[in-house]
Amino acid sequence: MVDILAVLYSDVLRLNPKDPNWVERDRFILSKGHGALSYYAALFARGFISLETFETFQSNRSDLTAHPVLNMSMGIESSNGSLGHGLSMGVGIALAGKARARAYKVYVMLGDGECNEGSVWEAAMSAANFKLDNLIAIVDKNDFQNDGASINVMEPGYFEDKWGSFGWNAISVDGHDVEAIYRALTLQNIIGKPKVLIAKTIKGKGFSFMENNADWHHNRLTKTQYDLAVKELGSGDV
Amino acid sequence: MFEINPRNARLWAKMGSRVMYGQAMLALAEETQSDLMVISADLGRSSGLGRLMELHPKKFRNVGISEQNMIGIAAGLAKEGFVVFASSFAPFIGMRASEQIRMNMGYMNMNVKAVALGSGVAMGFLGNSHYGLEDLAVMRSIPNITIVSPADCSEVIKTVRAAAELKGPMYIRLTGDSNTTFIYEQDYDFEIGKAVTLTEGRDITIIAAGTMVYESLVAGKLLEEKGITSKVVNMHTIKPLDHSALDKAIATSNLIVTVEEHSIIGGLGSAIAEYKAAISGAPPQLTLGLPDRYDVVGEHRYLLDYHGLTGAKLAEKILFKYTSLGHKVSSGKAVV
Repeated sequence: MVDILAVLYSDVLRLNPKDPNWVERDRFILSKGHGALSYYAALFARGFISLETFETFQSNRSDLTAHPVLNMSMGIESSNGSLGHGLSMGVGIALAGKARARAYKVYVMLGDGECNEGSVWEAAMSAANFKLDNLIAIVDKNDFQNDGASINVMEPGYFEDKWGSFGWNAISVDGHDVEAIYRALTLQNIIGKPKVLIAKTIKGKGFSFMENNADWHHNRLTKTQYDLAVKELGSGDV
Repeated sequence: MFEINPRNARLWAKMGSRVMYGQAMLALAEETQSDLMVISADLGRSSGLGRLMELHPKKFRNVGISEQNMIGIAAGLAKEGFVVFASSFAPFIGMRASEQIRMNMGYMNMNVKAVALGSGVAMGFLGNSHYGLEDLAVMRSIPNITIVSPADCSEVIKTVRAAAELKGPMYIRLTGDSNTTFIYEQDYDFEIGKAVTLTEGRDITIIAAGTMVYESLVAGKLLEEKGITSKVVNMHTIKPLDHSALDKAIATSNLIVTVEEHSIIGGLGSAIAEYKAAISGAPPQLTLGLPDRYDVVGEHRYLLDYHGLTGAKLAEKILFKYTSLGHKVSSGKAVV
């Protein structure tokens, strides 16, 4: 999801860090709230969060919790952490945009495990019903969830078909190919249809000891692991 | 158009709180608030919203049978500045969608009015699946949410209008079937968070909300015949409680009685007991409401009687409690 956030926050979202409440800004909701750390990095890189604040992550009384908390001054549009909430709110914001004829787009990032939640599909159904072509969902499909490989927890099936049958324009994309992500994100929605990117990703991408390893759903680096991770990032062969 | 007078009060009571909610929303929509949005989860007509749906389609969205989604969508609209009313039957909105209410209206403090229809046992023959027995207990524990339960149809109108003005999340709990009771026959001052004292008396205070305000007034009259004078308080706002009204009642009464069409666990009675617990010398409390079980079904009026929540039965229970506390009642006059 880091690659997707990097594309979104560098080249896709129309935002103004100096005016976080700008009415025509694009709205982004991290429905998979547990991805907060990379979200904060993106907000930091885009100038919404100061370095000073950024370094408070998960310290006592910090505004940067492990799941995002609504904070417009930092560009955080929604509190999340409980799964299956973000898409409904996204539908509401997109409906408001339509009702007021505003040009902004609404982007919601979900996890594939999160799609176990029934409320995701309530929201998906309603987005198509309301013909929300100003709404873009991105499913980070890394095939893992808290208890391990999704196939062993809850058979994910074929997401393109599922979303497609709910009335969405579903686009498969390599979630680590930044050019492909950019193309898919900026591709105009089909008129009257919400769009979803099924972004195939590798959990822990880029770090040999983390890739496709459910132990890294939530974990901390030791000093040795940190050094190794930095080395692997810098080596250019990941 | 909503002049409170004896004729209207009678008419509105006939229609009941659900229809009245729809009427109040229609009037709100006609006042052309461009930022009003009314949402339903396939219960638009059951919410009395048929006319609004027809005449103001731009101000109405049907989200289908998805109460959780309804609250999330309502929050998204509210975030963009809309004043949003979302309604469903009490257990479906107050409990099925309770975590959505917690995240969106509690945690994020979004300006959504969640309207619970047919709370208590008003859903009659539809059964316990449709009854609002425990919703207050759940809603009351979520921070930021103002909870109002209007006493009759006039107060439904007052509540809706006040809710549209109040910036912040609300849970509006409507009780009573059609052909219900009414208490107000003329205009009065309504303010969220401010209890209304309907009768003055020095022996006991009966604090009620929703349909139970009327029954409490009836009970109060019957008790007076036995020589017990009662102060009857319409505690329409269950959260935040009107502490100054409570302080007065606690300081002057021998017995506090709470009456609600909700489980005796976690509702108005519990809220008052929580407040009263820290006050030394506070009078004892008789907590009346629905029992902690899923009981028989029937017509609304039948069920109120079955559960001892009609004026006459309330009076009996209160009299028994009052005398068992050692207060003497003699020849039309209570003796302390």
